[in-house]
Amino acid sequence: MRHTFAVLVENNPGVLSRVAGLFSRRGFNIESLVVGETEDKTTSRMTIVVEGDEKILEQVSKQLNKQIEVIKVTDIPDDESVNRQLALIRVAADQSTRQEILQITEIFRCRIVDIGRKSLIVEATGDETKIQAIIESLKPFGIQELVRTGKVAMLRGVK
Amino acid sequence: MLSGAEILVKCLEQENVEVVFCYPGGANLELLDALAKSSIRMVLVRHEQGAVHEANGYARASGRVGVCLATSGPGATNMVTGIATASMDSIPIIAITGQVATGMVGTDAFQEVDMTGITDPITKHNYLIKDVKQLARSVKEAFHIAQSGRPGPVLLDIPRDVAMAYSDAVEVSKIHLRGYKPNLTGHTGQIKQVAQLLSEARRPLIIAGGGILLAGCWEELQALAESQEIPVANTFMGLGSISMDHPLALGMMGSYGLAAPNYAVQSCDLILALGTRFVERMTCNVERFAPRAKIVHIDVDPAEIGKNIRADIPLVGDLKIVLNQLLQKLQPRQHPEWLEEIKNLKASPPPGPKISRCLTQIEVLEALAEVLPAEAIVTTDVGQHQMWAGQRLKHRRPRGFISSGGLGTMGYGIPAAVGAQIACPKDLVVVITGDGSFQMGMPELGTAKEQKLPIKVLLLNNSYLGMVKQLQDCYVEGGRHTATPFTDNPEFKHIAKAYDALYLRAETAEEVEPALARFLKHPGMAIMECMVAAEENVYPMVRGPRGLDEMEF
Ligand SMILES: Cc1ncc(C[n+]2csc(CCOP(=O)(O)OP(=O)(O)O)c2C)c(N)n1
Repeated sequence: MRHTFAVLVENNPGVLSRVAGLFSRRGFNIESLVVGETEDKTTSRMTIVVEGDEKILEQVSKQLNKQIEVIKVTDIPDDESVNRQLALIRVAADQSTRQEILQITEIFRCRIVDIGRKSLIVEATGDETKIQAIIESLKPFGIQELVRTGKVAMLRGVK
Repeated sequence: MLSGAEILVKCLEQENVEVVFCYPGGANLELLDALAKSSIRMVLVRHEQGAVHEANGYARASGRVGVCLATSGPGATNMVTGIATASMDSIPIIAITGQVATGMVGTDAFQEVDMTGITDPITKHNYLIKDVKQLARSVKEAFHIAQSGRPGPVLLDIPRDVAMAYSDAVEVSKIHLRGYKPNLTGHTGQIKQVAQLLSEARRPLIIAGGGILLAGCWEELQALAESQEIPVANTFMGLGSISMDHPLALGMMGSYGLAAPNYAVQSCDLILALGTRFVERMTCNVERFAPRAKIVHIDVDPAEIGKNIRADIPLVGDLKIVLNQLLQKLQPRQHPEWLEEIKNLKASPPPGPKISRCLTQIEVLEALAEVLPAEAIVTTDVGQHQMWAGQRLKHRRPRGFISSGGLGTMGYGIPAAVGAQIACPKDLVVVITGDGSFQMGMPELGTAKEQKLPIKVLLLNNSYLGMVKQLQDCYVEGGRHTATPFTDNPEFKHIAKAYDALYLRAETAEEVEPALARFLKHPGMAIMECMVAAEENVYPMVRGPRGLDEMEF
């Protein structure tokens, strides 16, 4: 089972290594971890995706809460949240393929953020499935470099 | 304006610290010098691991926070085993280390080591104090964190320039830790459910863990047991929470536990687990643990509940508060049949047969149990002697049995006794140790000598690392004893002489009693060496994958 936690932490040096250390020494599997400052400069928010059964997820949440610098741990179920990742993809592109690549990026509402002589950089945002789909569509042209963030997530507002 | 070092000392005074176990070095000169000018007692140790164990023994005997201080680098890393020992047993200590100057941090400077990194997994929290303005606040937070909720060690790493810098931030009256708010009061709905279960149970059992001693609620424990007629099994760390003289006390359970509590666990229908983390040493095969029982697990640390065992009713809170809440909800109750059964369990089966013709550790410890005053404090080292002490002593004094349960750290007994004796100067403090452990803790006899501490060291010499030898008997093909015999031990009587300690010796059962009498009465430090058989192994014993009731005798 895959699960997403939003973890609000004190914005102190060392807090990332404490959290990462906790995961490795307790044998929890991190799929991805994204961290950044929040609207309040004294706190950061981590979005952590973890793989594990219910018992493990319960321990993850409890052990996170036990850290002095962890202020709040929130469950973020996929179906109640907005999830986004960002990917930068360098695709091989010459005169003959450029047009086709541009069409694909339009369909997926991606952006071209750099044009080189022999390649393009595509910027894609979306949830996991969308990013995966873009990567698959660009593969035939030759992906030279790929970098992606982990997932960030936010619960949807009450309707 | 005060210097960082002076601010630290002022903060320690505000926390009513009366003693610091310390060892000097280049990175803590200023801290030591500021301490010297205060009213705080400084105890110079012989090894930094000893300083931490001493703070630990002090904390456990007194119920207060223990404080120790070392220099950077090797001084700090020498503390690591001590900090891990305190962490595993949830003992509130503050370990202070000097650090290289902030400008040098990260450069692999002389005697630099990343202490906050190293101790992250073995502290409740730690601080690298990079700015003198943060010092007072960090110290206040450290003391709060160390002793509240589930207690534990906190490390303060203080770079030398921070100790030397001046600031007017010398005092903090209030702290606010938004990420740390231990839940102390039990959920009333759950308390009602527990009361309900207790009213239905026919064979209830209390498992009292170290949490009872940490929370200081042995009186509530006894009141609960008596009003509901519930027998009490102890985890190793919980020993002392109820006296073995009490008719409801069953004694130590677990893989080297006594038969009665182990059987009781397996046949009860309700377990009230108080302040225990269900470590595998206590449960043995957790799948076979207490097959007929509903489990109520009460602990101040929510992460312990559901970690090792399913709890039918989880209840988070400070044990003293929760037990008082629970006591208010209960009517007195009797379980005559169950108690009759328990009585029979306690009577049989007899302890394992003696196989050696020589003096045995059991004989010595049983003799000690007879004559040891109820208010004596016992510390132990780690090994067979530790398990036998857990099984055979009477544990009449709460916080009077001080032993490294979680980490099982050899070399703990002597420094823990030094700390306990400093906490309780008028009380009798006895160390039970083996010849292996003794040689690890020995340096701290120097501290005891210098501080004129009348600790009593009962050295059970079997010329073996006995507990490992026992494991070899059980698990190694052919029972080969590799690296466990000591073939040329030192003459411990000369060691006693070197430390000005009275030396006594017993080689036969007849010699034990008179020697013990002199040993316990001696006004100064004493070492009593008993030459004991190496053949004896600790029973009952439960092997790896077996259930608690599958004991070997
Ligand atoms: C620091 C440390 N090293 C190794 C061990 C493993 N160990 C556990 S018990 C034991 C033997 C202890 O021997 P001794 O102190 O003579 O006591 P005995 O078992 O003979 O009573 C050893 C080596 C340990 N617990 N701690």
